[in-house]
Amino acid sequence: MSLARRELPPFVDYVVLPAVNVITAFAAAGLVVLAIGENPIEVVKIMIVGALGNAENIGYTLYYTTNFIFTGLSVAVAYHAGLFNIGPEGQSTVAGIGVALVCLAFDGAPWWLVLPFAVAASVIFGAGWALIPAWLQARRGSHIVITTIMFNFLAATLIVYLLVNVMGKAGSMATETRMLTDATRLPFFATLLKPFGIDLGQSPVNPSFLIAIVASVAVWLLVWHTRLGYEIRTVGTNSQAAVYAGIDPARIIIIAMLISGGLSGLLAVNEVMAVQGRLLIDVAQGAGFVGIAVALMGRSHPLGIALAAFLFGILYQGGAELGFDIPKITRDMIVVIQALVILFAGALGNMYRPMLERIFARRPAARAHEAEA
Amino acid sequence: MTPSELHYPDDATAPPRDHARSPAIELIGVDKRFGTVHANRDIHLVVEKGTVHGIVGENGAGKSTLMSILYGFYHADHGRILIDGQEVTISSSHEAIRHGIGMVHQQFMLVDNFTVLENIILGAEGDRLVAKAERRARALLVRLARDYDLKVHPDAVVSTLSVGEQQRVEILKALFRGAETLILDEPTAVLTPAEADHLFRILAQLRDEGKTVLLITHKLREIMAITDTVSVMRQGEMVATWPTRAVTVEMIAEAMVGRRVLLRVDKGPSDPGRTLLAAEHLTVKDGRGVTVVDDVSFTVRAGEIVGIAGVAGNGQSELIEVLAGIIQPTAGHITLAGEDITGLDPADLRDRGLAHLPEDRQRVGLVLPFGGCENIILGYQDDPKYARGLFLDWKAIAATAKSVFASYDVRPGNAFLRAALFSGGNQQKIVCAREIERDPSVLLVGQPTRGVDIGAIEFIHKRLIALRDRGKAILLVSAELDEIRSLSDRILVMCGGRIVGECAPETPESEIGLMMAGLGDTAGERSERRNQGATP
Repeated sequence: MSLARRELPPFVDYVVLPAVNVITAFAAAGLVVLAIGENPIEVVKIMIVGALGNAENIGYTLYYTTNFIFTGLSVAVAYHAGLFNIGPEGQSTVAGIGVALVCLAFDGAPWWLVLPFAVAASVIFGAGWALIPAWLQARRGSHIVITTIMFNFLAATLIVYLLVNVMGKAGSMATETRMLTDATRLPFFATLLKPFGIDLGQSPVNPSFLIAIVASVAVWLLVWHTRLGYEIRTVGTNSQAAVYAGIDPARIIIIAMLISGGLSGLLAVNEVMAVQGRLLIDVAQGAGFVGIAVALMGRSHPLGIALAAFLFGILYQGGAELGFDIPKITRDMIVVIQALVILFAGALGNMYRPMLERIFARRPAARAHEAEA
Repeated sequence: MTPSELHYPDDATAPPRDHARSPAIELIGVDKRFGTVHANRDIHLVVEKGTVHGIVGENGAGKSTLMSILYGFYHADHGRILIDGQEVTISSSHEAIRHGIGMVHQQFMLVDNFTVLENIILGAEGDRLVAKAERRARALLVRLARDYDLKVHPDAVVSTLSVGEQQRVEILKALFRGAETLILDEPTAVLTPAEADHLFRILAQLRDEGKTVLLITHKLREIMAITDTVSVMRQGEMVATWPTRAVTVEMIAEAMVGRRVLLRVDKGPSDPGRTLLAAEHLTVKDGRGVTVVDDVSFTVRAGEIVGIAGVAGNGQSELIEVLAGIIQPTAGHITLAGEDITGLDPADLRDRGLAHLPEDRQRVGLVLPFGGCENIILGYQDDPKYARGLFLDWKAIAATAKSVFASYDVRPGNAFLRAALFSGGNQQKIVCAREIERDPSVLLVGQPTRGVDIGAIEFIHKRLIALRDRGKAILLVSAELDEIRSLSDRILVMCGGRIVGECAPETPESEIGLMMAGLGDTAGERSERRNQGATP
């Protein structure tokens, strides 16, 4: 009959559980490091110093964090509508095309003039790439997981075609567009802040990081403080209740996926307009998939996503440093370590839930019960 | 009032004991907690062999937990179970079956596209080849059909059987496994009165054969009709066990709730005004093209409650859904206060003053992981009252939620608690509060008190009557014929998607029952033929 459902206190749900997951992941990664004959403590030290040791390293970490925030938010918004968007990789790739088109068209104009158009293009192209899977899910019942995966491949093929045949640099075999002029290219914080005596070295973190912060706040407002967000969550949690409440799930699915695709698209502003200064064949470099882990680990909450994105930023930047410092730890090893974090924090994110429920679930249930009695 | 203040007849505190035989089942000090929820407190229960023993209690009283312990789904924290005087431990349903305990669940555990015979031997084949078990089962079926009136065709596919027949298959399954004690969990919830009577005849015969029957129900009428002994549970405790002949319905109800309850609904005569809701030739086909609502026409006037009686699954649910705009009719028209509303969506209908109390509050009426506040605006999220510019005005929403929680006595009165954490009765109060507080001109009500405790039932009924007395129209669907008869001013009977008759609430139950079974006129037969044609 009516058993009180087990509920974790928010603190445990949002802090303890992810922390336990991350610790497990690091323990497992530590075993891998031990197995190849290196000292895990030493490895952690190098990674942390490499990611946070000085302003330049922090700058690199924040550059990665920016990408992960965009894709993490993208996955989260879709998730609130009950959709698993596996397609941020493809959506940001196509958004890259849009940003490149705008920037190349206005090449030479000052960046602050081009930026709003580049942002708009990234959102429109990213959302556009999500529209077809969204429509197929909403109106034809084609599973969004399958279609977004397929659209990743389509995006990858599309950009190859465009770079080889249409947009590629004239007189070059390289699959890339020409470089943007410095005036149009989004400057790094390193350049912007130098006059103020802040030295970020060569680090590529740039104003798109601020866009990521603004996007996080906007997603938070959208999901929990607007009618649309309420409708998205209702559809995602209980679509029968949504229909009962006069909400059209198909409409909400399409809107949520457009927002999701648009958020993924913003990654292209960071990569194309700022960091690379040109359109390369691999826009997202896997950040689309990391976004899934970030969203899972961040429990689809913008604050959690920002923190998880920062953690993955540390892993990526620290991992890169590790490759320089310990030759035995190759690029592949770093991928293994990152994969373990994704495995434990993302895919197995609920592994410890039953255990934590046994420990922590009593009190809130008791409160509810006592209040009832 | 505490249990000790209840006055039980002194001579009736213990069931009649036949010292010659040890009881079929004896529970001693069984105790079970889920977290801090004390589901069963120190339960002592003696079930004599060859009796029908009823267990009644409100939802959440712990009946199902107790039966689950007996059937091996849960393990008791303390206490002993004795079967035929032998202490046993039951840690799985297999062991329960081995000890001769069979259970007929509320939701049948049958494989729909298997035949009756295949279902009966499923899990009890006892051999590598099924032919032997099938022969054994076939012989048994013939014998049981003869002895107990348990007739079902062994080669019929289960999905083609009526609900009553499927239940017989469940009973046969238990008997095939050698059950000496049968546990039936709310067996009549899905049956017509006639089918329920048939079931009771079967149970009586099983008892006369020496089998023991444990009947879990909340329908007191059934307790009086069939049981020899009745045990009452309240808040996890076994508060009384009486021989049925020594007690009255009122005594049992009082023991269940712990206070005196009004079993009759107190309402004055209705004063119907103009027609508010009308359906004309309404027809609905489901996804498979089967007509589920068939050419239905009726009206509901201001200030009256029209009840729709019928066995579950005869189109009542679809009728409510089509009126609420959740599904669209394939033919026909609906008018609300004279305006054609056919094809409008639920949001439009709410704007026009048509509210809907859905029959499945957990899957439709509420979003369980949402808090009380978020559930209070479900369906009314567009209301400008709840908006502040672009955003939702959570302060205004929380204020509304708090005030309706208070006026509907929702417990706990915390409007931020997730809906899943409220009991069934309080969940229903939240939905009622949301829909009735808007003062709709027409209210569609589905199963308003299913799974709701007696105290909340009384409360919800009063609110519905009050709404009627304010000159609103109410269309009520309920599986509880008693509820339909006590609340309604007029009753429409549905069978096979059609309205097969209209009657006054004073009409005898047996007469309504006949109509529900489609025996009132030829409409029922037609629908039966169609239903058979639709199932492959």
